[in-house]
Amino acid sequence: MSEIALQVNFALNIALLLMLIAVGVAIARMRSLLAAILLMGVYSLVSAVWLIVMDAADVAFTEAVVGAGISTIVLLGAILLVRAGPVRHNWRMTIAPAVLVLGVGGLLVYAMTGLPEFGDPASPANAYVGRNYLIQTPDEIGVPNVVTAVLASYRGFDTLGETVVVFAAGIGVALMLGFGPRSSLPPLPAAMGDHHVVLRVTARLLIPLIALFAFYVQFHGDLGAGGGFQAGVILAVAPILHALVFGLHETIAALPVRAVRSIATLGVLLFAGVGVICMINGGGFLDYDHLFPPGVEAIIPPGLLGDPDHAHQWGQHFGIFFIELGVLLTVAATMVTIFYGFAGRAVEEP
Amino acid sequence: MVDALHLIGGGLVVAGTLLTLLGGVGVLRFPDVYTRIHAASLTDTGGATLVLLGLALISGLTLETLKLGFVWMFVMLTTPAAANALANAAFSAGHTPRIGAFQITKGVAAGEAGPDTPRRETSDGNKSAAP
Amino acid sequence: MSVAATHFNYLAVVVLMMIGLYVLFSTRNLIKQMIGLGLFQTSTALFYISLGKVSGGTAAIKIYADSVEGRMLAAPLDPDFVQQFGVGGVVYSNPLPHVLILTAIVVGVATLSVGLSIAVRIREAYGTVEADEIEAVTRVDAARVGRDP
Repeated sequence: MSEIALQVNFALNIALLLMLIAVGVAIARMRSLLAAILLMGVYSLVSAVWLIVMDAADVAFTEAVVGAGISTIVLLGAILLVRAGPVRHNWRMTIAPAVLVLGVGGLLVYAMTGLPEFGDPASPANAYVGRNYLIQTPDEIGVPNVVTAVLASYRGFDTLGETVVVFAAGIGVALMLGFGPRSSLPPLPAAMGDHHVVLRVTARLLIPLIALFAFYVQFHGDLGAGGGFQAGVILAVAPILHALVFGLHETIAALPVRAVRSIATLGVLLFAGVGVICMINGGGFLDYDHLFPPGVEAIIPPGLLGDPDHAHQWGQHFGIFFIELGVLLTVAATMVTIFYGFAGRAVEEP
Repeated sequence: MVDALHLIGGGLVVAGTLLTLLGGVGVLRFPDVYTRIHAASLTDTGGATLVLLGLALISGLTLETLKLGFVWMFVMLTTPAAANALANAAFSAGHTPRIGAFQITKGVAAGEAGPDTPRRETSDGNKSAAP
Repeated sequence: MSVAATHFNYLAVVVLMMIGLYVLFSTRNLIKQMIGLGLFQTSTALFYISLGKVSGGTAAIKIYADSVEGRMLAAPLDPDFVQQFGVGGVVYSNPLPHVLILTAIVVGVATLSVGLSIAVRIREAYGTVEADEIEAVTRVDAARVGRDP
């Protein structure tokens, strides 16, 4: 009776992986690009469920929002701009890739038999650094969500790099698609008939709730699953939904393109700025223990954090707060910039 | 610690998943776009409602039940709106309904103007915002 | 047979990775290649997360061992196992791979967008997104100008 929970977990794991393989094979065989893109959305959702079964709550969150949301939108925008027809398949093109894939796959299968058993808590991956993070986080940082603690504090430098990569991608898309012929479609006429009433009403209800939910995820990243990346992508969905329902012109009137690009820059500046402030106060780059100048400990009311023994965690909490804010601003603004790039490009005549 | 509420809740969850499965069967077996949209959205919403109700019975009167209520409201708001948008898009693309063996080719269902059709300004097919 | 049972996740990861690689190589359509690349990226994410999973563990969010959830989680496990591998009376899964993959997913969609915008610009310049047609156009252009393609 006591083993059933573990067995159910493993059975779910196997079932979901088999579903993923089935969807992957279907994507490979699809001729229609639209169908392949929608199947990618299904693939992302099923892998999000699998990630929950694997105890990766934050990753599941991110995969669901990014894979089934932004990725689908960007791919759909691309095939619209490209006017893609069905993909051509001829059987001669499949022989060499099949041989290559079977060869490499065989080698990989042979190699992976040397990996430790699945779920082994004493494997080299799980027994050393990972376990130390679990042991030391309550004392050194004091946030319940260890993934946020590792992401924002222990591996904060990596996160800065990732944020800059996202920002650079936004710049790349803006440079390639943002300065060309803009969309010449007129704004939606007022009396459009009643075709889109349901969508308009629903979108008006949902858009502020989506933004509110994004902020909830942002600020609860310390306590549960969440954080800057997930919240940034969810926050970007609100203007994208607005643009899809009410017209790109309305959205750009509300959120001008230059303002959005400036917000992305501000996010990276905030993140790096926190690191520099720590250096100014005598610590290393992004060393949040030195976020506040040395005299501040004395003027903080004792017990404000609930535990005077852990006053040294003040710097960590505030540091994590500010850099997550920076991540939120950059990721949200970059996703909106990417959408503006794809949606605003003129659809040229075929 | 199996009590009646747990049993009923579990039964509701199983019923919800069966309903969703039936919706999948319907999508595969129905002949026409509109009937498939009907099958998918109806069973999706109903199945989600049953599953969430079952989970709420299992959790009892806690914060999780409130969160499940919010999820339910979100599902009720978005799934029917998505079905509406899908049917709208199918209609704009020119799909006409099929009744039995007959494909509708005339009348309002095929896109011609009827007595209640609102007069539309001549916009050049700009129905959705994305180019 | 027992290898297939204990290493099933890694087998599935290899299969998914090879499907993505196959899609990448067997088609000359740029957009389909990006989709194949996306499959490949997700399979590496699956690999990392499978490495970090601990049997009987839970998500790496601190739970008190004497709360309702703590007791429910410890019920199916051997107390010695919890003592040896748990932290504070609860067994967690390794959080480090989760951190690495979380940022990798967001970066993945960012690079997907860059790749797709390049494809869009290629379409505007050459009129097609099939790689062999693009090569044909460049060859014709180069022959007309009198240069090597």
